Amino acid sequence: MSAEPVLQVRNLRAHIGTARGVVRAVDDVSLDVDRAQALGVVGESGSGKSVMAKAVMGLLPPRAACSGEVLFEGRDLLSLPRKERAQIWGKQIAMVFQDPGRSLNPVVRIERQLTEGMRRLLGTSRSEARGKALELLSEVGVPDPERRLRNYPHELSGGMRQRVMIAIALACEPDLLIADEPTTALDVTIQRQILDLLRRVQRDRGMSLVLISHDLAVVAGRTDRVAVMYAGRLAEVGATRSVFDSPRHRYTHALLEATPALDHERNAPLRLIPGSLPDPTDPPPGCRFTARCAQVEDDCRDPGPSMALVGADHYAACTRPVAAGDVPLPVGGGSGGR
Amino acid sequence: MAGSGTAHLRGDEALLSVRDLVVEYPGKAGTVQAVSGVSFDVLPGETLGIVGESGCGKSTTGRALLRLDRLTGGRISFEGESIEQASEQRMRTLRRHMQMIFQDPVASLNPRRSVRDIVVEGLAIAGATAGEREQASADVLEKVGLSGERFAGMLPRQLSGGQAQRVAIARALAVGPRLLLCDEPVSALDVSVQAQILNLLAELKAEYDLTVLFIAHDLGVVRTISDNVMVMYLGKVCEFGDAVGVYDEPAHPYTKALLDSVPLTDPDRGFAGPALEGDVPSPLAPPSGCRFRTRCPLAQDRCAAEEPQLREVRPGQYAACHFPLYQADPATNGAA
Repeated sequence: MSAEPVLQVRNLRAHIGTARGVVRAVDDVSLDVDRAQALGVVGESGSGKSVMAKAVMGLLPPRAACSGEVLFEGRDLLSLPRKERAQIWGKQIAMVFQDPGRSLNPVVRIERQLTEGMRRLLGTSRSEARGKALELLSEVGVPDPERRLRNYPHELSGGMRQRVMIAIALACEPDLLIADEPTTALDVTIQRQILDLLRRVQRDRGMSLVLISHDLAVVAGRTDRVAVMYAGRLAEVGATRSVFDSPRHRYTHALLEATPALDHERNAPLRLIPGSLPDPTDPPPGCRFTARCAQVEDDCRDPGPSMALVGADHYAACTRPVAAGDVPLPVGGGSGGR
Repeated sequence: MAGSGTAHLRGDEALLSVRDLVVEYPGKAGTVQAVSGVSFDVLPGETLGIVGESGCGKSTTGRALLRLDRLTGGRISFEGESIEQASEQRMRTLRRHMQMIFQDPVASLNPRRSVRDIVVEGLAIAGATAGEREQASADVLEKVGLSGERFAGMLPRQLSGGQAQRVAIARALAVGPRLLLCDEPVSALDVSVQAQILNLLAELKAEYDLTVLFIAHDLGVVRTISDNVMVMYLGKVCEFGDAVGVYDEPAHPYTKALLDSVPLTDPDRGFAGPALEGDVPSPLAPPSGCRFRTRCPLAQDRCAAEEPQLREVRPGQYAACHFPLYQADPATNGAA
């Protein structure tokens, strides 16, 4: 990478106090988001992917204890004074959430929701902000933008609402957009439209994008790099092509094999990952995947793996990584051959 | 997207037959046409997958089959018995043979009852003794891979999503059903757990000689488990046929668009084909003719004027389209 990454997460820990004990939601994660690139963050529930995003955006509840650093353009968001952070969130870093129905204010017209950020953070005049809002709606593919500005959220379909959310996030021309499961609530044909849109605006604007999803396939074709998380830890990170062509961490490999493919052979059982996530309040020592891994040995628990270079721009935290080039079966969600 | 056709029906030996099923919900803004003339058969021992996006009527169809929703029209027969008019009392007996599994496993279990009681509730209603229930509970939990010793005393909120879905499956199995109706049974689960449940369903199906109706929006999941697949759009059937045929060589443009929209784990391709434009129209006022025509890249005047009927495009595969991507007789119409 030529320039310094736009976001550097360093040894981030987010521990959340609950009635059942302290949930170690994010436990010592370090990650870079490069300039003008798209980074995918993949993991199942409990992996810590969303908590990490919320920590970056300062959206965690007060009972969450964060440590480590979140460096945005060299400044640590975790230790900046509140006033300075407020200048970054929403303006330089924006976020799109899973459920567009719940993230929009139901009793405020689209126009005000779209222009609010520009008026408040950039001091844009009302008429200028309105013109900008129209441009934004066109950019994100909302037909008839004049009419849509006067609409309330309930008058829009789920897909249109998510387009509006993206327009709101883009309004202040952020350097970094974090999209947390932006298409999980949407149908597959609409998901497709939104994923295409995110990739297009990311490239057109030369913006950085973090695309968070539980679905490996969602990030595969749309990101430059991908990070795989498991139980609060980073399992594997690298160039998207390298990670998907040759996953090295046992968890990534197993997850790809467990994903039902469109060309799955009839009546062939799916490869599965036995067991379930470890208790987040009391994770096992060493690698957190040990209880479900087929290749586990003593050194996986003590001392446990650390992140190591396993290929060109490809790192994995696995004591016995999968051999390079060992392609998981089934190969992918491919409806191949058509 | 007619679905009003009958070419794909397989007749007398079906365990479950549905004819011209119509479900409508009258409301202030008009009548929601949730299911509009859907017909299909489920053969004994078959797994039929019903796939489609939200609003296509797949879940409404499933609920209507168990008479959980009021039917507006149509006929349903189960094991040769006509059930669309059956009394609520008769349905209660019949539902022992037609069991259902829902999307949200924790919400579908009574939060105040132990796993032991939940799985044999059906038997209790049927009058089994406490001793019989105790034994049945232990047996059926074992079958779904839960140790009775550890889980029998637990409450639903102490279970993970995958464990709760296993309990729901055990509860369905306990009453000895012939038909298992699964409505999005794995969509709330993580991928690694989803595979466990899908494999379990396949094993149990073989062991108990079950017939399965599997409703889901995830095309990969449906392909994995189904023998035949029915694709729905806005209350109608688009395509019906052998799962491999429908997935590898879809004949209806909607089926193809749906498959092309599924993200691939292949970083070079991303998707298999072009995106589908626009949104699903309102079920309050569905388009005339073919309901897919407003988004169809191949639509012509005829599609608005005339509703296409299901017809055979190759042995065992049927599509309701005037201009299918494949068809039996290439002499008629412009096929791809």
